[in-house]
Amino acid sequence: MLENVSLALQGVWSHKLRSFLTMLGIIIGIAAIITIVSTIKGTNEQIKQNLIGQGTNVVTVQLTQDGYEYDMSWSDPPQGVTPLTEERRSELEKLDGVEEVSLYYQRQWSDNVYYGNTNFSGSVYGVDSHYFSVNDYTVNYGRGFIDSDFTQHRKVALVDSNTARSLFTGENPVGCTIEMQGEPFTVVGVVSKNGGSGPVINSLQDYWMYAGNGSNSIFIPGETWSVIYRYDEPQKVAVRAKSTDAMTYAGDNVAKAINETNVTSDKVKYQADDLLKQASDLQNLTSSANSQLIWIAAISLVVGGIGVMNIMLVSVTERTREIGLKIAIGAQQSRIRWQFLTEAAVLTSLGGLLGVGCGIGLAYMLSHVMGTPVAISGSACLIAVVFSMVIGIVFGLAPAVKASKLNPIEALRHE
Amino acid sequence: MILEMHDICKDYPMGKTVTRVLKNVNLTVNEGDYLAIMGPSGSGKTTLMNIIGCLDVPTSGSYSLGGRDITACSAKELATVRNKEIGFVFQSFHLLPKLTALENVALPLLYGGMKKAQRLELARQALETVGLADRIDHRPDQLSGGQCQRVAIARAIVGKPKLLLADEPTGALDSASGAQVMELFQQLHEDSGATIIMITHDAGIARHAQMTRTIRDGILSGGVEV
Repeated sequence: MLENVSLALQGVWSHKLRSFLTMLGIIIGIAAIITIVSTIKGTNEQIKQNLIGQGTNVVTVQLTQDGYEYDMSWSDPPQGVTPLTEERRSELEKLDGVEEVSLYYQRQWSDNVYYGNTNFSGSVYGVDSHYFSVNDYTVNYGRGFIDSDFTQHRKVALVDSNTARSLFTGENPVGCTIEMQGEPFTVVGVVSKNGGSGPVINSLQDYWMYAGNGSNSIFIPGETWSVIYRYDEPQKVAVRAKSTDAMTYAGDNVAKAINETNVTSDKVKYQADDLLKQASDLQNLTSSANSQLIWIAAISLVVGGIGVMNIMLVSVTERTREIGLKIAIGAQQSRIRWQFLTEAAVLTSLGGLLGVGCGIGLAYMLSHVMGTPVAISGSACLIAVVFSMVIGIVFGLAPAVKASKLNPIEALRHE
Repeated sequence: MILEMHDICKDYPMGKTVTRVLKNVNLTVNEGDYLAIMGPSGSGKTTLMNIIGCLDVPTSGSYSLGGRDITACSAKELATVRNKEIGFVFQSFHLLPKLTALENVALPLLYGGMKKAQRLELARQALETVGLADRIDHRPDQLSGGQCQRVAIARAIVGKPKLLLADEPTGALDSASGAQVMELFQQLHEDSGATIIMITHDAGIARHAQMTRTIRDGILSGGVEV
């Protein structure tokens, strides 16, 4: 076997130009596929880092119906779900893997929120005293919420630094009054997330909303939520897990506990947002577009394979006398077949290797020029080489069979 | 008895008719015989050689080689017979141009499934026998015609076959090289008792053999001891 391979390599080397031209189709096809796969993988890893690389270890547990978030913006609070109490909250904190729990309300897309004549677009949160600690916010200036804000149902608000820039255009927002659903709220402070200005990304919607531009958030005390929105609304739950690995576990624990005590409905359940699943959802979105390109590149592999078949047929004709002699001195048909199959496979595997090299180079070049992220997948490279070997075997089969079926008498007489 | 043929016939379709190229050929060869089969072109001698060499199968008749019934062999078994029992020497050498003399000689042993070191050692010995020990690393294009044919003879004898089959072995050589090659056959016959069948149209060449038989129009005549 090894001898066959080294003989085949000698054959390839002795026809350098011809071998290279034959391999070109395979090289181009494999290079294209490796480039595409590397770019897809790079994008996917970037998404994953963006989604769960925030370092807060926070899982959102929220109401879902048929697998989708139950959005209070569009619907009334669901039947059979009791809002959570502070007592219940501290019980949830004792669950396995859970460090801290916050209950909050949220409107993803606010309406009827103004400062002067400027319309605010962003999210509005009704938070408890744990929210900023769970999600790792600090007060930049002004003050945060104090106990009396909650107990006395004060109409006070905090804005994040993005909102401070966009809504108050340069003014100091502290002390200003914003209008929410017709009610005046006094801004008492500006908050921002620690560890970078990135928003809390807990869901796919968040990602699309925040991707690229910063978040716009306004926070009011949860106790005041009923003033502008509903009074009997079930909360969302932000769970800070003890570690990144415990996120899914902690989220599931909390969701299960809430469903046991506060939910009687069959249709609507609390569910933890699985960040890893979200990451893979996003990855699927970006991958599906690109994977079509792989099929196009695969066509060039077929074309390359036909080229290999063609050159192998030529090679069989050229070497008719050699084949005739080998059969005459006792080579079995299977050996002749293997010889040509090995040659075809060595040729295309070599093409595959060169293609992988070109593809990696191309991916880095592309990333340098266009800024696309790159991650080389070892398994993809391996599969590419193996696949090109398979192409060689498939398209080399017909020439190899032809060679092995030659009549030695005629083959020896061949000029 | 090494080779025994009875009533061998070979038909070839020629358009719509069938031509009988060999007509009831009977041939017996004993171990150590040196036989020349003579005939003009078109006499059927090449067809006979192809059948003796197991490259072709007869239309009818029986053929046994070394006690084995060749007419009952499968294609795979025939390949093994060609590999183990027969050594071919062709008019135009048929050496592989990219291999060295040593590699060319070792080729049949490769098909016999022998280990590389042993293969090369036996090939070296065979090349010594034909007097080319100093040319083992030369490729065919670096050798003269006579040397090429001696490499081909080394390839034919390397597997110690029961039968050496030579088809016009001097046909492509000048008379001096031809004489050397014939001398080599003589030496193989006398020293190692090789059984040789030589096909030729040249009576001068045939004279080297122990006995001669003539084929004409597909009919093999009786033996003539020399």
